[in-house]
Amino acid sequence: MSISTQTKLDMLRAMLLARQFEETLTELCRQPGKIHGMMILATGQEAVGAGVCAALSPEDVILTNHRSHHHLLARGADPKALMAEIFGRRTGCNKGKSGTLHLAVPEVNALCTTTIVGGGFPIATGLGFAQQYQKQEAVTVCFFGDGATSEGSFHEALNLAGLWRLPVIFVCENNGYAAAQSYAEHTPVESLAARADAYGMPGECVDGNDAPSVLEATRRARERALAGDGPTLIECMTYRWRGHGETDPQHYQPAEEIAAWKARCPIARLSGSLRTSGELSDAELEDLRASAAAIVTEAVRFAEESPWPEPEEALDDVWAE
Amino acid sequence: MQMLGMGQAVNQALREEMQRDSRIFLAGEGIGVGIHDSPMMPTYGLLEAFGPERVKDTPVSEAAIAGLAVGAAAGGLRPVVEVMFNPFFTLASDMIVNHAAKLRYLSGGKTSFPLVVRIKSGAGFGAGCQHSHNLEAWVAHCPGLKVVMPATPADAKGLLKSAIRDDNPVVFIEDMGLYFAPAEVPEGDYSIPIGKADIKRPGTDVTLVTWSKMLGVAMKAADQLACEGVDVEIVDLRTLTPLDTETILSSVRKTGRLVVLHEANRTGGFGGEIAALVMEQAFDALKAPLRRVTGPDIPVPASPPLERFYIPDAGQVIAAIKELL
Repeated sequence: MSISTQTKLDMLRAMLLARQFEETLTELCRQPGKIHGMMILATGQEAVGAGVCAALSPEDVILTNHRSHHHLLARGADPKALMAEIFGRRTGCNKGKSGTLHLAVPEVNALCTTTIVGGGFPIATGLGFAQQYQKQEAVTVCFFGDGATSEGSFHEALNLAGLWRLPVIFVCENNGYAAAQSYAEHTPVESLAARADAYGMPGECVDGNDAPSVLEATRRARERALAGDGPTLIECMTYRWRGHGETDPQHYQPAEEIAAWKARCPIARLSGSLRTSGELSDAELEDLRASAAAIVTEAVRFAEESPWPEPEEALDDVWAE
Repeated sequence: MQMLGMGQAVNQALREEMQRDSRIFLAGEGIGVGIHDSPMMPTYGLLEAFGPERVKDTPVSEAAIAGLAVGAAAGGLRPVVEVMFNPFFTLASDMIVNHAAKLRYLSGGKTSFPLVVRIKSGAGFGAGCQHSHNLEAWVAHCPGLKVVMPATPADAKGLLKSAIRDDNPVVFIEDMGLYFAPAEVPEGDYSIPIGKADIKRPGTDVTLVTWSKMLGVAMKAADQLACEGVDVEIVDLRTLTPLDTETILSSVRKTGRLVVLHEANRTGGFGGEIAALVMEQAFDALKAPLRRVTGPDIPVPASPPLERFYIPDAGQVIAAIKELL
């Protein structure tokens, strides 16, 4: 299936929004007292969130991890509610309970987010089982990093998903690093996609900085899942421009390596190809950028003007009544 | 009235609930076709009754089983999954402790996780400490989990129904020794509320708080003490969290004496929580220091005399109570 201009523009819009959102967070982290707690960003990896989510239907479920902003924004989460949550305000999507790390947005079928590395695999298996059991025309996407494949849960969950042919798409965002360890320092095989063989599912490696490639691979996986043919493992090759978190000095990431990957910016790549093909003018690109900037400015204003939760609200939301 | 072991009572609850609600499914190791196949076991015959779509034998993958429950609950089902032996809980614990218990809170109350994790527990099988280790205090320490530990087949049936109908994650711990001790169980549908203790024997001289299989030890001790003119009140907690503090406190305020009895080892055991509760809220009612009767702080040994040494008996309970009189 070809990719319409509209879909390409949607992906570009999602990437621009995520980039603007996260670059703003980088700036905010430099301002003392603005943001409390960790800040973990996916700057440079936007094509994964945009490409995968462009292939999904509203009924599909996504399960993401600590590096979640680009997934959630591409899925259509409200930037104001996300920003307010990151600021710890009661207007945040999780009323200040989650902060930036565990953003759950059930409104866009991001039912839960886990920052236990590898925690998503078994839950995605359960979500996929629920879809299969209820005969839903829907799939579950599980986003994770290359480091998560070293967890034992990867083996247990992919084995079960393969065995029961569950409609799950395991999307590995291979950004080259697991915290401070480079890929070669934590994994002895060249391809994570090849591990799919061990679980009776196809594995596919794609250029994770090329949103159309990610979209097409996800479409193929989704069709397989809906046809009852079970899960797929997609490895998206990309790169983490920032450190593990914003306080990480990145001593272990060579400057020339970062520069080389920045030269392969996923946004420049898609916007460049759209301009070359005549599907996007320079003025239209500027409009898209301005629009993303305005959305993020408004999100920050909303967050900063929102009230803090009352301390006693910490006691709420443990139990379902 | 029908006489059932606790496994059969659990089986009846599962059967009736699965007939009532098609969202309920079971998963676990050997719950359909298993190595412990016996009419006394909780999932006996359910595969034949409900088919492989709803009774899922899984690979040996405790983390995947528990995660299956978490995800399926988020996705609209009501999973009941089994951990074959309590020590295997450690393999499933990330999914239960970090996910089932916390994800609702992390969502700001937007999602719920209506799931039951059934855990088979208890010493007495000569299986040793990697198959026998009562860990109820670990799970009771996790906000977001309800912990139920029935002592009788009738309670097990009614409490499991409540657990399945609860919108929160419930850890339901069954002592396997009770599978083989038939007792009266009401026919048909009834439920017993989670969070309510039950006075299994009223008395006036001393409060004996216990749960699960130790209820039988408590009853035996109370019967012997009754012959000596000591009137023991037995409070069966049935649920550890949420804890029925009122029943415990009002009993202690009446008797003025407290002994807590549990099979799990002493240090960090849930008995300490009961002791602290009473010291904080009913200290002035105590006529004597409280006592705990528990397993010793050792792993559960395998050899019969060693294992018998581990499990608290009526003699220890009687001795502890006599110290208070």
